[in-house]
Order: sequence, then structure tokens, then C-alpha cells
Amino acid sequence: MKNLDLNNVSLRELNQELQNAQNGAQYVVENSNGKHNIAVGLNKEQSVTINGHVGYYCAGMNQKADITVEGNAGSGLAENMMSGKVHVKGGVSQYCGATAHGGTIIIDGDASARCGISMKGVDIVVRGSVGHMSAFMAQKGRFVICGDAGNALGDSIYEARIYLRGKAQSLGADCIEKEMQDEHRKELAELLKKADITDISVDEFKRYGSARKLYNFSVDNAY
Amino acid sequence: MCGIVGLFLKEKKLEGHLGSYLSDMLIEMTERGPDSVGFAIYDQPTIGKQIKCTLLNTLVDSGEELNWDEVRQALKKQFGNDTKFEEKGSHALISVETDTNTLNEWLNENFPHINVNGSGRVIEIYKEKGLPKDVIASFNLQSFTGSHALGHTRMATESAVTTGHSHPFSTGDDICLVHNGSLSNHNRWREKLRKEGIVISTDNDSEVAAAYFNWRLKQGDDLNTALTKALDDLDGFYTFAIGTKDGFAVMRDNIGCKPAVIAETDQWVAMASEFRAIAMLPGVENASIWEPEPGKIYSWHKAA
Repeated sequence: MKNLDLNNVSLRELNQELQNAQNGAQYVVENSNGKHNIAVGLNKEQSVTINGHVGYYCAGMNQKADITVEGNAGSGLAENMMSGKVHVKGGVSQYCGATAHGGTIIIDGDASARCGISMKGVDIVVRGSVGHMSAFMAQKGRFVICGDAGNALGDSIYEARIYLRGKAQSLGADCIEKEMQDEHRKELAELLKKADITDISVDEFKRYGSARKLYNFSVDNAY
Repeated sequence: MCGIVGLFLKEKKLEGHLGSYLSDMLIEMTERGPDSVGFAIYDQPTIGKQIKCTLLNTLVDSGEELNWDEVRQALKKQFGNDTKFEEKGSHALISVETDTNTLNEWLNENFPHINVNGSGRVIEIYKEKGLPKDVIASFNLQSFTGSHALGHTRMATESAVTTGHSHPFSTGDDICLVHNGSLSNHNRWREKLRKEGIVISTDNDSEVAAAYFNWRLKQGDDLNTALTKALDDLDGFYTFAIGTKDGFAVMRDNIGCKPAVIAETDQWVAMASEFRAIAMLPGVENASIWEPEPGKIYSWHKAA
């Protein structure tokens, strides 16, 4: 376990050290104090615990690493993540998990607007609620929301699956409720387990996805 | 990119710390706005018929001598010996028995280089180009007291880096605006508002927003109505924070691109562009924290 204190090392030194780490390395980052771009571009099976709140783009482009934030996170958390795991103990700001291809994002608090925008295969589990335009153009992956969703959930969604426990203020274009079948209950149970959520039953969720009405050009969709 | 912060104290016993809380918040927003910094403080109201005005000597932008003595003497001669005048670098805080319009007209005629930053019964507005920590130290912001305050750190995108272009902008007696974002239809609105007789002194887009609210309020709209109309009239990206004599309001545009986060405890309400500017406030660990929804007005007022 190695300590990196951002009061003593620069952000660039911190990221270089983390990016050059070996598999199995363990790091604790102190005094993050809302700084941007912490722990970006990691590509080893390593664990990083950040003891504090972080700013923009934390854990961006992550591959394989297991990153925990013991506080709140700013905009663009785990943007374009490929694999690995990012766990935020507080809340996150806008476009968490944008365009992420793989791995798992777990948010214990709320996520704000555009969570999972254009997600391409990542799994996102939010213990709280999400803001407007979440899962906009979501292409692939699973998105679990234990609270409520803001306006236009899943607008122009492709093949991502949304599991929502509360209510959406509105559904976006082409996003509809779909039947929960056994395979969905099974994968939802696995996702909840992955996020250590044991007090919520899969039966409390509804599934949402694409009506696939926007896949082909239709003159009725033109303004 | 700019940084905006706002703090509203619910507990009177915290009022002595307002300036020190606000300086910490603003310094944390330096990376979002290293060009200039400004703040509006709401403290004790003036007594009697006097109004309080923060004057800005725009000669500071051209490096000329400020010559406050001449202004001080002329003010006393014009508005009486009770006029209080406190010099603070490029700024002067005055208490004077008149109204804002009369003072503005008199200044335009006699000292056109003096702008009224803010005026009313309670508001004081200070702003200066330079790094937030340096400007804050020069105004000794830590020592300010009051019930609520707004602040702004500027990274200029639309117009020049000068003290005159810095925020907050006054939008009428005891009302001011800070803005993070950019407006795309400000030129047309500037023309229209000038025709309506609203004074706009720079080519800054945010000043037009301030002038817009000034105009709406003069027409008799309340703040909520003016904000609602702004959603249709002002085109662009914005998070606005507006200070009033007894509270403040926050509104994001209908898309909600520009950041804002609000935190509330039993002791205070704070808003900022990023959580890091709130993280140092006492009791933040028990605050409820959320990001304002687009196109929705959030406001807080002192209990009457």
C-alpha cells in the first residue's frame, strides 16, 4: 500500500506513478480536494482509494483498475472507461460514465444530469437518483437506478437496458417500458449484488429500453 | 469557464464569518477564473435617508492616478457634509443622502470615469482584475461581515479583461448578478435595453443580462417572473446567481450545460460551480447536496 499526497506530489506525477504501476499495486491518494483529472488512463489491475472529493474527469479512460472515491465526484467521472471498477461513496456530477465501453460504475449517492450518456457497454448502478437526459443515446450496457430519474430518460436509446426502481419525470423519445423476464431479473440481481445492495428486491424495478422506432428513417420523425 | 459562488447564512451568529467563508470559496475557484474576481456583500443597512454606494474608479484600468480627493470633496459639496466616504483602493464606499439615479447622473456629468458598482441600502460590490487571492487580500475580504454574499472568478471569453468587465453587475438597488456561461443574443438586447434607457457601460454579455433584469424589475416584474421571462429572452448558456437585499436566487438555462451545485444545512445555503468551493464550509458533511435542475428557479430569503 503506497500513499500519494497531492499536497506533496503534482497531479502529473501522481498520474504517471499510477499509470506505470504493476498489476496488484495498491495506492491511497490523500488531499484530492476537488482537483480535476485524478487517476486517469490507468491500465493495470491495481487498486486506488482516493480519500476525499474529486473534480472533473476522475478515473477517465480507466482499464482494469479498481478506483474508489471516498467522497463526491465532479463532471465526467469514468468517461470512456473500458474495464475495471469505479466506486463513488458520495454523489457525482454530470455525464458520469459517458461513452464508457465496459467495467462497472457504482454510485452510492445521486448522479446528476446525463448519467450514462452514449454508454457503450458499461454497467452503471446508482443507489440514489439520476438527473435529466440520463442514458441519452445509450447503446449497450446495463443501467440500474434505485431512486428516480429526471426528464427524458433514455432519449434515442439503442440497445442498453435500464432498470428503474422509482419514477422517471418523463421518458425520452423512443424509450419505453418493457417486460421484466427471468433473464432480466437474473442480471439485475447480479448487478445489485455487485454493488453490495442487499435491501432492495429486483421485484421493485421496471425495465426500460428502445422501442426501435428511430432505427430507420421515417418521414413522420422529420420536423 | 468562470467560477461563481453564493452563500446565504441562516444563523445570525455566523455572520461574522461571512467574509472569511466567501474568500475560501472564491480562492478555491481560482482555476475556473484567474483573470479577475468580484464579490457582493449584504451587510448592515444604512440609517435614515442615506443610500450606500460602492464606486469604482475606472482609471484603474488605464493606470492613471485615481484622484479620489477631488471626488470626495465634490460629493460633500453636492450632497452635504453627512456624506461618508471610505476609500478602498480603486473603490470607494460612500453613504449619501440621495437616490441612485440622481447620483448616477451627477457622476456622469462631473466624473464620467467613476462607475457605480452597486447601490442600495445594504449591498456592497467590489471587483478587480488579478488573481483571486491577491485581490481578496487587497480588499481584506476575510474581515467582512454580513448575512449573504455572491462572488465570481472570471475567465474571459466574450470581452476584455478589465475591472469594468468583471462581475458582479448591479441590476438595480440592492440587486446584483453573477453569471457563468455566454450569451449569444446580447448585442440585440444591448441595443434594445439602451433604447429603453438602461445604462450599459461595457460590451460584456453578462452586463446585458444584468441590464435585462434591471429593466424587467423596473417594469414591475418580481424577480421570479423576470427570471422566467429570461428563459425565453436570453439565448445562450448560463448559470445565474442573483443577490437581493434579503436573499439570493439561482437559475440554470433550459439545457443545463453550465455547472452548479447547491448545498444546504440548517445553518447555511451555499451554491458554487464546483463542489470543491463548498467542501470547506463547516457542517458540509451533513448538508443535503444537489445540482439545480435546468430552467428551475431556486431561491432563499431571510424570514421576515
